[in-house]
Amino acid sequence: MLRTLLLTLSVVAIAHAELCKPDAQNAFKVRISIKTALGDNAYAWDANEEYLFKAMVAFAMRRYSSKSTTQISNVLLCNVTDRVSFWFVVTDSSKNVTTVPGSEVEAAIRMNRNRINNAFLLSDKTLQFLKITSTLSPPVEPSTPVWLIVFGVVLCLIVAGIVFLVVSGIQKHNKKNKESTERENLEEKVEVTLENGIPCEALDLKAGHINGVFAADDERFTSL
Amino acid sequence: LSATPEIPKEDGRPKWDNKFQYILSCIGFAVGLGNVWRFPYLCQIHGGGAFLIPYFIALLFEGIPLLHLELALGQYLRKGSLGAWNTISPYLGGVGVGSWMVSILVSLYYNTVLTWVMWYFINSFQEPLPWSVCPLNENRTGFNEECHESTAVNYFWYRKTLNITPDIAESGKLQWWLILCLAACWAVVYLCTIRGIETTGKAIYVTAIFPYLVLTIFLIQGLTLPGATDGLIYLFTPNLNTLKNPRVWLDAATQIFFSLSLAFGGLIAFASYNPTKNDCEKDAVTVAIVNSMTSLYASIPVFSVLGFKATTAYWDCLDRNIINIINEFDLPEESIMRQNYTSWISFLNSSYPEKIAGLKLKSCDLQEFLDQVPVSGTGLAFIVFTQAIILMPGSQAWAILFFIMLFSLGLSSMFGNIEGVFTPLLELQIIPKSAPKELLSGIICLISFLIALSFTLGSGSYWIDIFDRYAGSVPLLVIAFFEVIGVVYIYKIKRFSKDVEWMTGRKLNLYWQIAWRFISPLLLLIVFVAFVTLQMQKPPSYTAWNPKYEGFPMKEEKVYPPWVQAICVLLAVLPCVCVPLVALFHLVKQKRRSKNPSFVSPEVFSCQEANS
Repeated sequence: MLRTLLLTLSVVAIAHAELCKPDAQNAFKVRISIKTALGDNAYAWDANEEYLFKAMVAFAMRRYSSKSTTQISNVLLCNVTDRVSFWFVVTDSSKNVTTVPGSEVEAAIRMNRNRINNAFLLSDKTLQFLKITSTLSPPVEPSTPVWLIVFGVVLCLIVAGIVFLVVSGIQKHNKKNKESTERENLEEKVEVTLENGIPCEALDLKAGHINGVFAADDERFTSL
Repeated sequence: LSATPEIPKEDGRPKWDNKFQYILSCIGFAVGLGNVWRFPYLCQIHGGGAFLIPYFIALLFEGIPLLHLELALGQYLRKGSLGAWNTISPYLGGVGVGSWMVSILVSLYYNTVLTWVMWYFINSFQEPLPWSVCPLNENRTGFNEECHESTAVNYFWYRKTLNITPDIAESGKLQWWLILCLAACWAVVYLCTIRGIETTGKAIYVTAIFPYLVLTIFLIQGLTLPGATDGLIYLFTPNLNTLKNPRVWLDAATQIFFSLSLAFGGLIAFASYNPTKNDCEKDAVTVAIVNSMTSLYASIPVFSVLGFKATTAYWDCLDRNIINIINEFDLPEESIMRQNYTSWISFLNSSYPEKIAGLKLKSCDLQEFLDQVPVSGTGLAFIVFTQAIILMPGSQAWAILFFIMLFSLGLSSMFGNIEGVFTPLLELQIIPKSAPKELLSGIICLISFLIALSFTLGSGSYWIDIFDRYAGSVPLLVIAFFEVIGVVYIYKIKRFSKDVEWMTGRKLNLYWQIAWRFISPLLLLIVFVAFVTLQMQKPPSYTAWNPKYEGFPMKEEKVYPPWVQAICVLLAVLPCVCVPLVALFHLVKQKRRSKNPSFVSPEVFSCQEANS
């Protein structure tokens, strides 16, 4: 009794060893970088984590093929290194000692990649399935590009500034015109003695006018 | 004749609110984008600290004397460049016309550079920054090919901003986003220059001082970055051997000359709004020294950041190699760190040489990353610096600060350029005196905007390079040469010295006499000849961004087609040719006048010229 049990166990073990080895058919290499992802909060990779991994792969296979035949014992892990990296393969319990085709496993993993990553608190980069490429997530694009909004704000400020300056300029211009017309009206009322069209007061003042023709400042013009 | 008497000085000419505004405007005009992105580059390629020697010699014998000359001229004659040179001598009127033309040409393309800065600024409000990630390709299987082969930063600059064509002959179409930014930039320029120095004088307080604040912030931040000291040591380590190369001296002379924005007419215009009794000598020395100090001050954060970038690239190289080794040998994580990398490599090389060779590890050398092709100009700001900003924590804030700083630097220089165009037009009175100043500045900005639309085409940046190389270089040297010769030998240095002494209140130092009479004209002549000779040595070429080129992402070296070369020559020659043309015109007029003695020139009786 015991001998048959041992024999079957050893046969199973050998079969498993045959199925799961580096570069075996339908086997995938997994590379995990816990310290890179979590730093100080890194957990150690031990047998429990391996169990969780087998469970996640079994879960992925069940979800993908929606037949509840894949058991945790169907997922075989081997060659675990310190890196941490290992190979795994999924066996098919319905057919003896065969592995599920790689394409199925790949599709299942791809479908549930997010769930698997989150179970280990890792990402696509830190939990790598070496032969399975991840689909890139499309970038989030808002309906109006952000730069257009900022541009609108900037332009509004500039236009407001220009309008303000132009309006204040026009107001100043009108005020000056009004003042000069008022002054002219005022001067017309005041009687001024004129000599040659020049009011006499102006001639008495010190500043006077400089007649350019007779300016002593003829040094300003260079001889041609 | 009016009822109230007119005191000669109160001629209704606008004036600065205070001296500080004037000095700040001159400093703002001189300190521009070149101080940030050309001077550090020159320091780097010309032997670090050793470059400062020819730089300060050029400052002493070329920069300061020419600056003093222009400021004194504008202040004494109280006119813009056109009027001032006509007053000196009608034969020299062409110098003013040349200055005015160069100011127009430079304003056109300079504001387009500011357009690019504004585009980057408004794009800095996103998370993540748009130049940090490559967009996906159509079927979302990978990244956009052009982006993937070069870098995300390059892609954003060449494709998303410029949408550049592979050849200058292909114009491409107008890029609507650049048109929007161009309109905004010209609107900002209009807003600030709307009433001439009345408004620029207020705006300059912000645009001239703000860059210094940001430079200081970047300085502090830059010095705390890892690898900053490597970059600074690399920059400032003097290599005196480079001084044997005449190219270094030429670059120093041209850098000082263009950095101080001489011969644009803008400085003359600024100085013309001063009261005549003002110490222009002290002003000139102040402005020149502040400009050079700013260049030095700006190169510190630039090189801290470049050192940081090189260090990060070096660490990335090391990390990539480490990951490859760990994956290959299935070693536990963090067993190989950057510190013990070399010992591990030697150990593994001795034990498993074939496996190591099979990994094809890249050799990582910090010096190599520092030596990487030094970049200047737009490449430094929009490619190298933006890449470094992505690596800093809080990149949006740094990007926003950086681009506002560049915008202020460029805007304060634009004020000077526009003033060089605006003041002579105002004096020519092409619009009636009753019309407001706002109208003239509006017309200038509108026409410039319409012409500058051509720079928003796909090939626009190639054209801007042409304008920068040909319109903004050779004509300035020629005009400055004629400026010095005109003042010293036609207006006569004795008269000019007396004028300056009257303005400053003290006798002119011998240094100025010697510099103006001999050293500066000689230096200008040598620089001009050397510059032109160097340009003529090889056929004018440019580097084009061509995704279909075999060596992509390297840029393709192409030669300008003949029609473009003709335009280059036209741009360089047109402002220069004004000088002899106007002189010829007056000579012909004089000859005709001497034949007809009854015809008296109206200039002799123009009273208003003496007092305006």
